[in-house]
Amino acid sequence: MAKRLAKKSIIPGFGLTMGYTLVYLSLIVLIPLSLIFYKTASLSWKEYWDVVTDPRVIASYRLTFGASFVASVINAVFGTLIAWVLVRYDFIGKRLVDGIVDLPFALPTAVAGIALTSVYSDNGWIGKFLAPLGIKVAFTPLGVIVALTFIGFPFVVRTIQPVLQDLDHQLEEAAFSLGASRLQTFVRVLFPPLLPALLTGFALAFARALGEYGSVIFISGNMPMVTEVTPLLIVTKLEQYDYAGATAIASVVLIASFILLFIINCLQWVSGRRYFIG
Amino acid sequence: MKRLLMLLVSLSLVAGISGCGPSSGSGKNEVELLNVSYDPTREFYQDFNRQFAAYWKKKTGETVTIKQSHGGSGQQSRSVQDGLDADVVTLALSYDIDAIAKKGLISQDWQKRLPENSSPYTSAIVFLVRKGNPKGIKDWDDLVKPGISVITPNPKTSGGARWNYLAAWGYALKKNKGDQAKARDFVTRLYRNVPVLDSGARGATTTFVERGIGDVLLAWENEALLSQKEFGKDKFEIVYPSQSILAEPPVAVVDKVVDRHGTRKVAQAYLDYLYSDEGQEIAAKHFYRPRSPKVAAKYASQFPKIDLFTIDEVFGGWEKAQKTHFADGGIFDQIYQKK
Amino acid sequence: MPKPVQPAALVRFLLIFAALIFLFLFLIVPLFAVFSEALKKGILVYIESVEDADALSAIRLTLLVAAISVSLNTIFGIATAWAITKFEFRGKNLLITLIDLPFAVSPVISGLIFVLLFGAQGILGPWLEAHDIKIIFAVPGMVLATVFVTFPFVVRELIPVMLAQGKQEEETALSLGAGGLQTFLRVTLPNIKWGLLYGVILCNARAMGEFGAVSVVSGHIRGMTNTIPLHVEILYNEYNFVAAFAVASILAVLAIITLIIKSLSEWKTKRLLEAAEEEQ
Repeated sequence: MAKRLAKKSIIPGFGLTMGYTLVYLSLIVLIPLSLIFYKTASLSWKEYWDVVTDPRVIASYRLTFGASFVASVINAVFGTLIAWVLVRYDFIGKRLVDGIVDLPFALPTAVAGIALTSVYSDNGWIGKFLAPLGIKVAFTPLGVIVALTFIGFPFVVRTIQPVLQDLDHQLEEAAFSLGASRLQTFVRVLFPPLLPALLTGFALAFARALGEYGSVIFISGNMPMVTEVTPLLIVTKLEQYDYAGATAIASVVLIASFILLFIINCLQWVSGRRYFIG
Repeated sequence: MKRLLMLLVSLSLVAGISGCGPSSGSGKNEVELLNVSYDPTREFYQDFNRQFAAYWKKKTGETVTIKQSHGGSGQQSRSVQDGLDADVVTLALSYDIDAIAKKGLISQDWQKRLPENSSPYTSAIVFLVRKGNPKGIKDWDDLVKPGISVITPNPKTSGGARWNYLAAWGYALKKNKGDQAKARDFVTRLYRNVPVLDSGARGATTTFVERGIGDVLLAWENEALLSQKEFGKDKFEIVYPSQSILAEPPVAVVDKVVDRHGTRKVAQAYLDYLYSDEGQEIAAKHFYRPRSPKVAAKYASQFPKIDLFTIDEVFGGWEKAQKTHFADGGIFDQIYQKK
Repeated sequence: MPKPVQPAALVRFLLIFAALIFLFLFLIVPLFAVFSEALKKGILVYIESVEDADALSAIRLTLLVAAISVSLNTIFGIATAWAITKFEFRGKNLLITLIDLPFAVSPVISGLIFVLLFGAQGILGPWLEAHDIKIIFAVPGMVLATVFVTFPFVVRELIPVMLAQGKQEEETALSLGAGGLQTFLRVTLPNIKWGLLYGVILCNARAMGEFGAVSVVSGHIRGMTNTIPLHVEILYNEYNFVAAFAVASILAVLAIITLIIKSLSEWKTKRLLEAAEEEQ
């Protein structure tokens, strides 16, 4: 059955790897996730609609999706830059820099949140310099963006890095010696093979940002309608022992991010194809 | 690389096997209790557990080991409902134990089984202000003045913050001779002065102490004393308002679990010991107000007298207070949605 | 190794400068904040907090949970990336998107779903209780939650790399008569080793640092089911600021240790390559 799905190929192991993938995916991800819908189903349609369209919940979607998007765009730009610098240039302290890239994953999110808040609040090391300029970071939506940028940061760097490392220098040299400018070389020669990895990194950073709770709640200030993120509202529901309400909100985020990720993945596959096969 | 992978796989297998094995190897004279408690009670119970173990050994010859679990009161309650094997629960508000009782793990009349509403120690909601009290905050009325910034956590996520909210409401209610509309107006104005709603009591303390935000922090007395101890007496002062709410953190034996474990006797004794002079003394040392008049007299200087009202008197119990004020669409939500 | 194209010194300087400024503002300053809090009361208090019995047991548990989760996800990652990149089949994007999903799920919900499945009020709860099997509030539950949260890392790291490699090399090896496993070990694995390594490192970092999901299924029993992040949270909540940050800094240190291992292995393979070239 699985064999017929795939076009004929001389490479072996499709049945084995695919079967294993599907079983593991179902056991670890799909079955547990289906419980979100199972639990939500205990609500009637009207109850469900009321929960997920509450003005406060809507405001939180706006903040969560907006801030996550901005944060992942920042990460896409700077992540590419940093991956490039790390792979192509040599400078003092490069190894150290390479190491701390993963830091946002290793630090427990609450610690990250507390540390970021202490750095970016009005009396913090960085906030101190921003406050006179009228820029408030901690306890505003800007703070949410900072936290989400922090926690999603390693994704783009680490997806681009291996591709860049394996990329043939000869391509660039050829382009260069044929008289292409530096920018042209980057856009025409380097960018296309990097694009799938960049999109992967972006998608992952974005997805991660949507669900983030631990670090955000410290820096956001949690003001209703203004700086409340969706995961906080889920926790609020749980505090009232309202499991169904919590899973209802979770289901909305899950479906929305599924659609978004699916679109990004299709784009990625198309862009990857054009380069590698076309 | 391959070797690394092999190592990881074999490690995981070993771990898997050892992780699944039964952990209880208790002999005849050994007994284990799990006390599921809320956040800042660790040092208190650490001391208490040591004393109780010694007491129990002397009395029965049994060696009792007490394991501790700490977390947000609401989350701890959910864990117990979902199967965390707690022999006793010692939480921040009776609503969280009621929720366990509703699932049939604890008998419905649990709060009547022990003296004093099943709360062996209490606390009060007080104000923490900066050194010298620069804004001259003396009582609740000062908190609603324009230009005063108040730090308190979000009552929707923090059990402790619900006590803060209810203390303010109760004060306004008493002052205005039971006029609910005026109380609501008072609390609305109070929350207008709140610039940040942290998710927990500890986060709010950090906002106030480390970030330097706010003129006054609403806190449990024991936590205010703890932060004074942690951050220095020369930086903060505690202000006692004219009236406050009596915070009663309750305790209960989890019937279903102790019956399964056969630990009811020792679990019961554990909670009873909280009411003994020794237990009360340890509570007082950790800044909880003792119930025993004798111990209270000894620590009178640490706990100034204030006029305290209870949640049952003013709000008719937690169940009702929760529904009116903190449920979705309740008064707290309305305060923020109307604008 | 052919020499890379070197842009003018100025461009290069500006790029490095911009990258370092960004890293400084977003990573290095917060990292310093963690260490400065941890060392606020001096090195002795720091050591004391780290040597505390509960802290040590949290470190042990964290390493254990991370080791199991990372190896499970690595095996899965290789198998799945192989299936996805070496074959054409319908529904590929759907499959990749499903793999990504755990990232988009809020950590609290990631824990909750396992509670809904295995908890006392959950679907399998009564059956598990009848057979005296503990999953939730014990190590297996924490492993499950961690595996869930770190699920996509290795696969997602491998897919772009394997895609960039194409499959000609494998096809050549196979047509020359190499077996499937042999082809994988000799041809594919060397090609994807950097991607795999990054995937494992990321997965490991995240597995050790995960808080939300694990918190829901752990039960927070001191010295038994507390991982480092949970222990940090508890210390913080009981007004033990310095100890909280001290224990948190261990995670940063662990991350740096994995980095050193990575650098060493990079260096070693480089030397091996050079030696091979010299022999020729």
